[in-house]
Amino acid sequence: MNHIDLSSVLRQTVACELYSNLVTRPTGAAVRDEIERLLMDTCERTLTVIDFSQVSMIDFSCADEVIAKLLLRYAAEDPPHDAYFLFRGVTEEHWEAIEAVLERRGLALVLEQADGVRVVGPLPDDERRVWETVQRLGRVAPTELADVLGADEAAVQHALEGLRRRRLVMQVGDDYIVVGAHRGG
Amino acid sequence: MTTVVNVPPSLDDHSFDDVLRQVESVPADANILLDARHVRWASPFGLTALLTFAQTRSEMPTLAVPELEETTSYWARAGFFRHAEALYELHGPYPKRAGGSDSNVLLEITSIAKSEDVHDVVGRIQQKAQLMLRELNLDAKATVGFAMTLSEICQNIVEHAGRGGWVMVQTYRWTKRLGRRVVVIAVADAGVGFRKSLESAPGKERGDRWDDAAALEDAVIRGVSRFRDPGRGQGLAGVRRYLGRWDGKLSVRSGTAKIAIVPNWDDDVPLAEHLPSFPGAQVQVTIPERGSPQPSPKGRTQR
Repeated sequence: MNHIDLSSVLRQTVACELYSNLVTRPTGAAVRDEIERLLMDTCERTLTVIDFSQVSMIDFSCADEVIAKLLLRYAAEDPPHDAYFLFRGVTEEHWEAIEAVLERRGLALVLEQADGVRVVGPLPDDERRVWETVQRLGRVAPTELADVLGADEAAVQHALEGLRRRRLVMQVGDDYIVVGAHRGG
Repeated sequence: MTTVVNVPPSLDDHSFDDVLRQVESVPADANILLDARHVRWASPFGLTALLTFAQTRSEMPTLAVPELEETTSYWARAGFFRHAEALYELHGPYPKRAGGSDSNVLLEITSIAKSEDVHDVVGRIQQKAQLMLRELNLDAKATVGFAMTLSEICQNIVEHAGRGGWVMVQTYRWTKRLGRRVVVIAVADAGVGFRKSLESAPGKERGDRWDDAAALEDAVIRGVSRFRDPGRGQGLAGVRRYLGRWDGKLSVRSGTAKIAIVPNWDDDVPLAEHLPSFPGAQVQVTIPERGSPQPSPKGRTQR
Protein backbone atom coordinates (compact mmCIF):
# COMPACT_ATOMS: atom_id res chain seq x y z
CA MET A 1 0.00 0.00 0.00
CA ASN A 2 1.31 3.46 -0.92
CA HIS A 3 0.88 6.53 1.22
CA ILE A 4 0.89 9.97 -0.38
CA ASP A 5 0.91 12.96 1.95
CA LEU A 6 -0.67 15.69 -0.16
CA SER A 7 0.91 18.51 1.84
CA SER A 8 4.40 17.11 1.08
CA VAL A 9 3.55 16.76 -2.59
CA LEU A 10 2.17 20.31 -2.53
CA ARG A 11 5.35 21.74 -1.01
CA GLN A 12 7.51 19.94 -3.57
CA THR A 13 5.24 21.08 -6.36
CA VAL A 14 5.04 24.78 -5.56
CA ALA A 15 8.57 24.82 -4.14
CA CYS A 16 7.49 26.76 -1.07
CA GLU A 17 7.41 25.54 2.52
CA LEU A 18 4.80 28.12 3.47
CA TYR A 19 1.93 26.88 1.33
CA SER A 20 -0.42 24.38 2.93
CA ASN A 21 -3.47 25.17 0.84
CA LEU A 22 -4.46 23.23 -2.22
CA VAL A 23 -5.66 26.13 -4.34
CA THR A 24 -5.67 26.95 -8.07
CA ARG A 25 -5.88 24.69 -11.11
CA PRO A 26 -2.19 24.85 -12.04
CA THR A 27 -1.28 23.72 -8.53
CA GLY A 28 -3.85 20.93 -8.65
CA ALA A 29 -2.63 19.76 -12.04
CA ALA A 30 0.98 19.73 -10.81
CA VAL A 31 0.04 17.77 -7.67
CA ARG A 32 -1.91 15.24 -9.76
CA ASP A 33 1.04 14.86 -12.14
CA GLU A 34 3.27 14.11 -9.16
CA ILE A 35 0.80 11.55 -7.78
CA GLU A 36 0.67 9.83 -11.18
CA ARG A 37 4.46 9.87 -11.37
CA LEU A 38 4.65 8.16 -7.98
CA LEU A 39 2.06 5.59 -9.09
CA MET A 40 4.11 4.77 -12.18
CA ASP A 41 6.88 3.52 -9.89
CA THR A 42 4.59 0.94 -8.32
CA CYS A 43 3.57 -2.57 -9.36
CA GLU A 44 0.52 -3.46 -11.44
CA ARG A 45 -2.15 -3.37 -8.71
CA THR A 46 -1.85 -0.73 -6.01
CA LEU A 47 -3.89 0.71 -3.18
CA THR A 48 -2.83 4.29 -2.51
CA VAL A 49 -3.81 6.32 0.53
CA ILE A 50 -4.25 9.98 -0.44
CA ASP A 51 -3.72 11.79 2.84
CA PHE A 52 -5.28 15.23 3.44
CA SER A 53 -4.33 15.38 7.15
CA GLN A 54 -1.84 18.24 6.74
CA VAL A 55 -3.78 20.18 4.10
CA SER A 56 -5.49 23.31 5.45
CA MET A 57 -7.98 23.76 2.64
CA ILE A 58 -8.75 22.81 -0.94
CA ASP A 59 -10.74 24.93 -3.37
CA PHE A 60 -13.14 23.73 -6.09
CA SER A 61 -10.68 24.16 -8.95
CA CYS A 62 -7.90 22.29 -7.19
CA ALA A 63 -10.28 19.52 -6.04
CA ASP A 64 -11.33 19.06 -9.65
CA GLU A 65 -7.73 18.77 -10.81
CA VAL A 66 -6.40 16.58 -8.00
CA ILE A 67 -9.33 14.31 -7.16
CA ALA A 68 -11.78 14.31 -10.05
CA LYS A 69 -9.23 14.04 -12.84
CA LEU A 70 -7.24 11.39 -10.97
CA LEU A 71 -10.35 9.26 -10.48
CA LEU A 72 -11.50 9.83 -14.07
CA ARG A 73 -8.16 8.66 -15.42
CA TYR A 74 -8.09 5.46 -13.40
CA ALA A 75 -11.81 4.75 -13.83
CA ALA A 76 -11.49 4.98 -17.62
CA GLU A 77 -11.75 2.00 -19.96
CA ASP A 78 -7.96 1.83 -20.31
CA PRO A 79 -6.42 2.99 -17.01
CA PRO A 80 -2.60 3.24 -16.83
CA HIS A 81 -2.74 0.40 -14.31
CA ASP A 82 -4.99 -1.21 -11.73
CA ALA A 83 -4.87 1.51 -9.07
CA TYR A 84 -7.27 2.01 -6.14
CA PHE A 85 -7.51 4.99 -3.82
CA LEU A 86 -8.42 5.51 -0.19
CA PHE A 87 -8.83 9.11 0.97
CA ARG A 88 -7.64 9.83 4.50
CA GLY A 89 -7.79 12.92 6.71
CA VAL A 90 -10.66 14.57 4.84
CA THR A 91 -12.36 17.03 7.19
CA GLU A 92 -15.34 19.33 6.94
CA GLU A 93 -12.91 22.00 5.69
CA HIS A 94 -12.10 19.90 2.62
CA TRP A 95 -15.47 18.31 2.11
CA GLU A 96 -17.38 21.17 0.49
CA ALA A 97 -15.05 21.34 -2.51
CA ILE A 98 -14.66 17.57 -2.80
CA GLU A 99 -18.39 16.94 -2.63
CA ALA A 100 -19.03 19.57 -5.31
CA VAL A 101 -16.60 18.04 -7.80
CA LEU A 102 -17.83 14.49 -7.15
CA GLU A 103 -21.40 15.63 -7.83
CA ARG A 104 -20.40 17.56 -10.93
CA ARG A 105 -18.41 14.68 -12.41
CA GLY A 106 -20.63 11.84 -11.18
CA LEU A 107 -17.76 10.26 -9.23
CA ALA A 108 -17.55 8.38 -5.95
CA LEU A 109 -14.63 7.59 -3.68
CA VAL A 110 -13.83 5.71 -0.48
CA LEU A 111 -13.19 7.81 2.63
CA GLU A 112 -11.31 6.47 5.61
CA GLN A 113 -12.67 7.82 8.88
CA ALA A 114 -12.10 7.08 12.55
CA ASP A 115 -14.92 4.54 12.59
CA GLY A 116 -14.06 2.81 9.32
CA VAL A 117 -14.50 3.41 5.63
CA ARG A 118 -17.48 4.63 3.66
CA VAL A 119 -18.26 5.39 0.08
CA VAL A 120 -19.22 8.99 -0.79
CA GLY A 121 -20.40 10.70 -3.94
CA PRO A 122 -23.18 9.89 -6.38
CA LEU A 123 -23.68 6.18 -6.98
CA PRO A 124 -26.62 4.19 -8.42
CA ASP A 125 -28.75 2.72 -5.62
CA ASP A 126 -28.00 -0.88 -6.61
CA GLU A 127 -24.24 -0.27 -6.58
CA ARG A 128 -24.37 1.50 -3.23
CA ARG A 129 -26.36 -1.40 -1.74
CA VAL A 130 -23.89 -3.92 -3.13
CA TRP A 131 -20.88 -1.89 -1.87
CA GLU A 132 -22.33 -1.66 1.64
CA THR A 133 -23.07 -5.37 1.70
CA VAL A 134 -19.58 -6.30 0.51
CA GLN A 135 -18.18 -4.01 3.19
CA ARG A 136 -20.26 -5.80 5.83
CA LEU A 137 -19.43 -9.30 4.62
CA GLY A 138 -15.75 -8.81 3.82
CA ARG A 139 -14.26 -10.84 0.97
CA VAL A 140 -17.22 -12.35 -0.84
CA ALA A 141 -18.13 -14.19 -4.05
CA PRO A 142 -20.89 -12.86 -6.33
CA THR A 143 -23.01 -15.98 -5.75
CA GLU A 144 -22.96 -15.56 -1.97
CA LEU A 145 -23.60 -11.86 -2.33
CA ALA A 146 -26.62 -12.50 -4.55
CA ASP A 147 -27.96 -14.93 -1.93
CA VAL A 148 -27.54 -12.42 0.88
CA LEU A 149 -29.17 -9.67 -1.13
CA GLY A 150 -31.88 -11.93 -2.53
CA ALA A 151 -30.98 -10.56 -5.93
CA ASP A 152 -30.30 -11.95 -9.38
CA GLU A 153 -26.64 -12.99 -9.67
CA ALA A 154 -26.20 -11.35 -13.08
CA ALA A 155 -27.46 -8.05 -11.66
CA VAL A 156 -25.09 -8.34 -8.70
CA GLN A 157 -22.20 -9.17 -11.02
CA HIS A 158 -23.08 -6.12 -13.12
CA ALA A 159 -23.10 -3.88 -10.03
CA LEU A 160 -19.77 -5.32 -8.88
CA GLU A 161 -18.25 -4.67 -12.28
CA GLY A 162 -19.49 -1.06 -12.09
CA LEU A 163 -17.95 -0.68 -8.61
CA ARG A 164 -14.67 -2.21 -9.76
CA ARG A 165 -14.50 0.17 -12.71
CA ARG A 166 -15.12 3.06 -10.32
CA ARG A 167 -12.17 1.78 -8.22
CA LEU A 168 -14.45 1.18 -5.21
CA VAL A 169 -14.06 -2.60 -4.94
CA MET A 170 -11.16 -4.89 -5.83
CA GLN A 171 -11.50 -8.28 -7.45
CA VAL A 172 -9.43 -10.97 -5.70
CA GLY A 173 -9.65 -14.19 -7.69
CA ASP A 174 -13.38 -14.77 -8.10
CA ASP A 175 -14.21 -12.75 -4.97
CA TYR A 176 -14.63 -9.07 -4.27
CA ILE A 177 -13.53 -6.83 -1.41
CA VAL A 178 -14.17 -3.13 -0.77
CA VAL A 179 -11.27 -0.69 -1.00
CA GLY A 180 -9.98 -0.05 2.51
CA ALA A 181 -11.55 -3.26 3.85
CA HIS A 182 -8.59 -3.71 6.20
CA ARG A 183 -9.94 -0.71 8.13
CA GLY A 184 -13.24 -2.38 8.87
CA GLY A 185 -16.62 -0.70 8.76
CA MET B 1 -6.70 69.25 -24.15
CA THR B 2 -7.35 67.47 -20.85
CA THR B 3 -10.75 66.05 -19.94
CA VAL B 4 -11.56 66.56 -16.29
CA VAL B 5 -13.57 63.75 -14.70
CA ASN B 6 -15.23 64.34 -11.35
CA VAL B 7 -14.99 61.42 -8.97
CA PRO B 8 -18.07 61.16 -6.70
CA PRO B 9 -17.54 61.87 -2.98
CA SER B 10 -18.64 58.34 -2.16
CA LEU B 11 -17.05 55.92 -4.59
CA ASP B 12 -18.52 52.42 -4.82
CA ASP B 13 -19.72 49.93 -7.43
CA HIS B 14 -22.72 52.10 -8.31
CA SER B 15 -21.15 55.55 -8.28
CA PHE B 16 -18.14 54.37 -10.25
CA ASP B 17 -20.46 54.29 -13.27
CA ASP B 18 -20.59 58.11 -13.00
CA VAL B 19 -16.84 58.14 -13.63
CA LEU B 20 -17.21 55.83 -16.63
CA ARG B 21 -20.10 57.86 -18.08
CA GLN B 22 -17.91 60.96 -18.16
CA VAL B 23 -15.29 59.24 -20.31
CA GLU B 24 -17.59 57.27 -22.63
CA SER B 25 -16.83 59.49 -25.61
CA VAL B 26 -13.23 60.27 -24.68
CA PRO B 27 -10.62 58.42 -26.80
CA ALA B 28 -8.32 56.05 -24.87
CA ASP B 29 -5.27 58.13 -25.78
CA ALA B 30 -6.77 61.45 -24.65
CA ASN B 31 -5.44 63.17 -21.54
CA ILE B 32 -7.65 62.66 -18.52
CA LEU B 33 -7.59 64.18 -15.08
CA LEU B 34 -9.57 62.29 -12.46
CA ASP B 35 -10.52 64.84 -9.85
CA ALA B 36 -10.85 62.87 -6.60
CA ARG B 37 -10.22 65.86 -4.34
CA HIS B 38 -13.71 65.71 -2.85
CA VAL B 39 -13.82 61.98 -2.33
CA ARG B 40 -14.50 61.14 1.32
CA TRP B 41 -15.14 57.43 1.09
CA ALA B 42 -14.24 54.64 -1.31
CA SER B 43 -15.23 50.99 -1.17
CA PRO B 44 -12.76 48.22 -2.09
CA PHE B 45 -14.57 48.15 -5.45
CA GLY B 46 -13.96 51.88 -5.88
CA LEU B 47 -10.25 51.64 -5.12
CA THR B 48 -9.55 48.57 -7.25
CA ALA B 49 -11.67 49.99 -10.07
CA LEU B 50 -9.65 53.23 -10.01
CA LEU B 51 -6.47 51.20 -10.59
CA THR B 52 -8.16 49.14 -13.28
CA PHE B 53 -9.45 52.28 -14.99
CA ALA B 54 -5.91 53.59 -15.38
CA GLN B 55 -4.93 50.33 -17.09
CA THR B 56 -7.57 50.94 -19.76
CA ARG B 57 -5.96 54.23 -20.83
CA SER B 58 -3.15 54.34 -23.34
CA GLU B 59 -2.04 57.74 -21.99
CA MET B 60 -1.18 57.80 -18.29
CA PRO B 61 -4.04 59.66 -16.59
CA THR B 62 -3.65 62.17 -13.77
CA LEU B 63 -5.31 61.67 -10.40
CA ALA B 64 -5.90 64.60 -8.07
CA VAL B 65 -5.87 62.83 -4.71
CA PRO B 66 -8.50 63.42 -1.99
CA GLU B 67 -8.03 66.61 0.02
CA LEU B 68 -9.19 65.06 3.25
CA GLU B 69 -6.19 63.76 5.16
CA GLU B 70 -8.27 61.04 6.77
CA THR B 71 -9.16 59.73 3.32
CA THR B 72 -5.64 59.77 1.86
CA SER B 73 -4.37 58.18 5.05
CA TYR B 74 -6.87 55.36 4.63
CA TRP B 75 -6.07 54.94 0.92
CA ALA B 76 -2.40 54.68 1.85
CA ARG B 77 -3.12 52.01 4.47
CA ALA B 78 -5.18 50.16 1.89
CA GLY B 79 -2.11 50.09 -0.36
CA PHE B 80 -3.73 52.22 -3.05
CA PHE B 81 -0.96 54.74 -3.66
CA ARG B 82 1.72 52.05 -3.84
CA HIS B 83 0.07 50.73 -7.01
CA ALA B 84 -1.33 54.05 -8.24
CA GLU B 85 2.14 55.61 -8.45
CA ALA B 86 2.88 53.35 -11.42
CA LEU B 87 -0.45 53.99 -13.14
CA TYR B 88 -1.31 57.63 -12.47
CA GLU B 89 0.45 60.91 -12.34
CA LEU B 90 -0.57 61.79 -8.81
CA HIS B 91 -1.32 65.39 -7.87
CA GLY B 92 -1.64 66.57 -4.31
CA PRO B 93 -0.22 65.44 -0.98
CA TYR B 94 -0.62 61.89 0.22
CA PRO B 95 1.26 59.74 2.74
CA LYS B 96 4.29 58.15 1.10
CA ARG B 97 4.27 55.44 3.73
CA ALA B 98 1.22 53.52 4.86
CA GLY B 99 1.73 54.44 8.54
CA GLY B 100 0.73 51.16 10.12
CA SER B 101 -1.86 48.61 9.30
CA ASP B 102 -5.62 49.05 9.41
CA SER B 103 -7.56 46.42 11.32
CA ASN B 104 -10.50 46.84 8.94
CA VAL B 105 -8.35 46.16 5.90
CA LEU B 106 -8.08 42.40 5.91
CA LEU B 107 -6.15 42.34 2.69
CA GLU B 108 -4.67 45.51 1.30
CA ILE B 109 -4.82 46.01 -2.45
CA THR B 110 -2.76 43.18 -3.90
CA SER B 111 -1.76 42.50 -7.46
CA ILE B 112 -2.95 39.19 -8.93
CA ALA B 113 -1.26 37.95 -12.07
CA LYS B 114 -0.30 34.33 -11.50
CA SER B 115 -1.22 31.24 -9.55
CA GLU B 116 1.38 31.94 -6.83
CA ASP B 117 -0.33 35.28 -6.11
CA VAL B 118 -3.54 33.39 -5.30
CA HIS B 119 -1.62 31.11 -2.90
CA ASP B 120 -0.20 34.20 -1.28
CA VAL B 121 -3.51 36.01 -0.71
CA VAL B 122 -5.26 32.86 0.52
CA GLY B 123 -2.43 32.21 2.98
CA ARG B 124 -2.52 35.81 4.21
CA ILE B 125 -6.29 35.99 4.65
CA GLN B 126 -6.91 32.74 6.54
CA GLN B 127 -5.99 33.76 10.05
CA LYS B 128 -7.50 37.23 9.77
CA ALA B 129 -10.67 35.81 8.24
CA GLN B 130 -11.23 33.55 11.22
CA LEU B 131 -11.12 36.47 13.66
CA MET B 132 -13.15 38.75 11.42
CA LEU B 133 -15.92 36.25 10.71
CA ARG B 134 -16.20 35.59 14.45
CA GLU B 135 -16.69 39.33 14.96
CA LEU B 136 -19.44 39.22 12.34
CA ASN B 137 -21.13 36.42 14.33
CA LEU B 138 -20.55 33.97 11.51
CA ASP B 139 -19.95 30.32 12.19
CA ALA B 140 -16.34 29.10 12.15
CA LYS B 141 -17.42 26.95 9.19
CA ALA B 142 -17.66 30.15 7.15
CA THR B 143 -13.89 30.69 7.27
CA VAL B 144 -12.83 28.01 4.82
CA GLY B 145 -15.60 28.96 2.40
CA PHE B 146 -14.46 32.55 2.61
CA ALA B 147 -10.90 31.62 1.63
CA MET B 148 -12.25 29.38 -1.15
CA THR B 149 -14.38 32.24 -2.43
CA LEU B 150 -11.38 34.55 -2.45
CA SER B 151 -9.31 31.92 -4.23
CA GLU B 152 -11.87 31.21 -6.93
CA ILE B 153 -12.61 34.80 -7.86
CA CYS B 154 -8.91 35.66 -7.93
CA GLN B 155 -8.33 32.68 -10.22
CA ASN B 156 -10.76 34.19 -12.72
CA ILE B 157 -8.10 36.83 -13.34
CA VAL B 158 -5.28 34.31 -13.76
CA GLU B 159 -7.31 32.00 -15.99
CA HIS B 160 -9.41 34.35 -18.08
CA ALA B 161 -8.34 37.99 -17.94
CA GLY B 162 -5.17 37.73 -19.99
CA ARG B 163 -3.55 40.38 -17.77
CA GLY B 164 -3.12 41.09 -14.08
CA GLY B 165 -5.68 42.62 -11.75
CA TRP B 166 -6.24 43.53 -8.11
CA VAL B 167 -7.94 42.22 -5.03
CA MET B 168 -8.84 43.89 -1.74
CA VAL B 169 -10.74 42.68 1.33
CA GLN B 170 -12.19 45.03 3.91
CA THR B 171 -14.82 45.23 6.64
CA TYR B 172 -16.92 48.27 7.38
CA ARG B 173 -20.19 49.24 8.97
CA TRP B 174 -22.80 49.65 6.24
CA THR B 175 -25.34 51.82 7.97
CA LYS B 176 -27.22 53.10 4.95
CA ARG B 177 -28.47 49.75 3.72
CA LEU B 178 -27.95 47.31 6.54
CA GLY B 179 -27.15 48.99 9.80
CA ARG B 180 -24.50 46.36 10.45
CA ARG B 181 -21.01 45.38 9.48
CA VAL B 182 -20.09 43.68 6.26
CA VAL B 183 -16.98 42.10 4.85
CA VAL B 184 -16.33 42.87 1.20
CA ILE B 185 -14.06 41.24 -1.35
CA ALA B 186 -13.43 43.25 -4.51
CA VAL B 187 -11.54 41.83 -7.46
CA ALA B 188 -11.01 43.84 -10.63
CA ASP B 189 -9.15 43.44 -13.88
CA ALA B 190 -9.01 45.20 -17.23
CA GLY B 191 -8.65 42.00 -19.22
CA VAL B 192 -10.76 40.48 -21.98
CA GLY B 193 -13.99 40.26 -19.96
CA PHE B 194 -16.58 37.48 -19.87
CA ARG B 195 -18.03 37.95 -23.38
CA LYS B 196 -14.71 37.71 -25.21
CA SER B 197 -13.54 34.91 -22.94
CA LEU B 198 -16.62 32.81 -23.76
CA GLU B 199 -16.38 33.70 -27.46
CA SER B 200 -12.94 32.09 -27.50
CA ALA B 201 -14.49 28.72 -26.63
CA PRO B 202 -14.01 26.22 -29.45
CA GLY B 203 -17.23 25.80 -31.45
CA LYS B 204 -19.02 28.49 -29.45
CA GLU B 205 -22.36 29.21 -31.11
CA ARG B 206 -23.84 32.62 -30.55
CA GLY B 207 -27.57 32.81 -30.06
CA ASP B 208 -29.83 35.60 -31.30
CA ARG B 209 -29.01 37.54 -28.19
CA TRP B 210 -25.32 37.62 -27.48
CA ASP B 211 -23.87 40.48 -25.52
CA ASP B 212 -22.17 41.20 -22.20
CA ALA B 213 -25.35 40.44 -20.23
CA ALA B 214 -25.87 37.09 -22.00
CA ALA B 215 -22.23 36.18 -21.34
CA LEU B 216 -22.61 36.99 -17.64
CA GLU B 217 -25.79 34.91 -17.41
CA ASP B 218 -23.97 31.99 -19.04
CA ALA B 219 -20.94 32.22 -16.77
CA VAL B 220 -22.47 33.19 -13.43
CA ILE B 221 -25.89 31.50 -13.56
CA ARG B 222 -25.25 28.50 -15.82
CA GLY B 223 -21.59 27.87 -14.94
CA VAL B 224 -20.49 28.02 -18.59
CA SER B 225 -16.77 28.32 -19.23
CA ARG B 226 -14.66 28.84 -22.32
CA PHE B 227 -13.17 25.41 -21.70
CA ARG B 228 -15.00 22.30 -22.94
CA ASP B 229 -14.00 20.37 -19.83
CA PRO B 230 -17.24 19.79 -17.85
CA GLY B 231 -15.31 20.30 -14.61
CA ARG B 232 -14.85 23.96 -15.45
CA GLY B 233 -17.15 26.68 -14.18
CA GLN B 234 -17.38 25.17 -10.69
CA GLY B 235 -15.66 28.09 -9.01
CA LEU B 236 -18.41 30.67 -9.40
CA ALA B 237 -21.06 28.00 -8.74
CA GLY B 238 -19.32 27.22 -5.45
CA VAL B 239 -19.10 30.91 -4.60
CA ARG B 240 -22.85 31.25 -5.19
CA ARG B 241 -23.61 28.31 -2.90
CA TYR B 242 -21.37 29.72 -0.17
CA LEU B 243 -22.97 33.16 -0.37
CA GLY B 244 -26.46 31.64 -0.36
CA ARG B 245 -25.61 29.99 2.93
CA TRP B 246 -24.36 33.18 4.58
CA ASP B 247 -26.88 35.59 3.07
CA GLY B 248 -24.17 37.21 0.97
CA LYS B 249 -24.31 39.14 -2.26
CA LEU B 250 -22.35 38.50 -5.45
CA SER B 251 -22.14 41.03 -8.25
CA VAL B 252 -20.13 40.66 -11.42
CA ARG B 253 -19.67 43.52 -13.87
CA SER B 254 -18.15 43.06 -17.30
CA GLY B 255 -18.30 45.37 -20.30
CA THR B 256 -21.70 47.05 -20.32
CA ALA B 257 -23.56 44.70 -17.97
CA LYS B 258 -23.70 43.68 -14.35
CA ILE B 259 -25.30 40.59 -12.89
CA ALA B 260 -26.03 40.18 -9.20
CA ILE B 261 -27.22 37.45 -6.87
CA VAL B 262 -29.25 39.69 -4.61
CA PRO B 263 -30.15 38.72 -1.02
CA ASN B 264 -33.23 40.05 0.73
CA TRP B 265 -31.38 42.85 2.50
CA ASP B 266 -30.36 44.50 -0.79
CA ASP B 267 -32.43 46.16 -3.51
CA ASP B 268 -29.97 45.95 -6.37
CA VAL B 269 -31.29 44.74 -9.73
CA PRO B 270 -30.38 41.17 -10.74
CA LEU B 271 -29.26 42.26 -14.19
CA ALA B 272 -28.24 45.74 -15.34
CA GLU B 273 -27.60 46.31 -19.04
CA HIS B 274 -26.40 49.21 -21.17
CA LEU B 275 -24.07 50.47 -18.47
CA PRO B 276 -21.12 52.63 -19.48
CA SER B 277 -18.47 50.30 -20.85
CA PHE B 278 -15.67 49.11 -18.55
CA PRO B 279 -13.25 46.52 -19.94
CA GLY B 280 -12.42 43.31 -18.08
CA ALA B 281 -14.35 41.98 -15.11
CA GLN B 282 -15.07 43.35 -11.67
CA VAL B 283 -16.40 41.06 -8.97
CA GLN B 284 -17.73 42.09 -5.58
CA VAL B 285 -18.70 39.79 -2.72
CA THR B 286 -20.49 41.19 0.32
CA ILE B 287 -21.18 39.14 3.45
CA PRO B 288 -23.19 40.79 6.24
CA GLU B 289 -22.84 40.42 9.96
CA ARG B 290 -25.28 37.92 11.44
CA GLY B 291 -27.85 39.20 13.91
CA SER B 292 -30.14 42.17 14.29
CA PRO B 293 -29.27 45.49 12.67
CA GLN B 294 -27.28 47.92 14.81
CA PRO B 295 -27.84 51.41 13.38
CA SER B 296 -24.98 53.82 13.84
CA PRO B 297 -25.20 57.62 13.71
CA LYS B 298 -21.89 57.76 11.90
CA GLY B 299 -23.12 56.25 8.62
CA ARG B 300 -20.79 54.16 6.52
CA THR B 301 -17.50 54.50 8.30
CA GLN B 302 -14.01 53.91 7.07
CA ARG B 303 -11.09 54.60 9.28
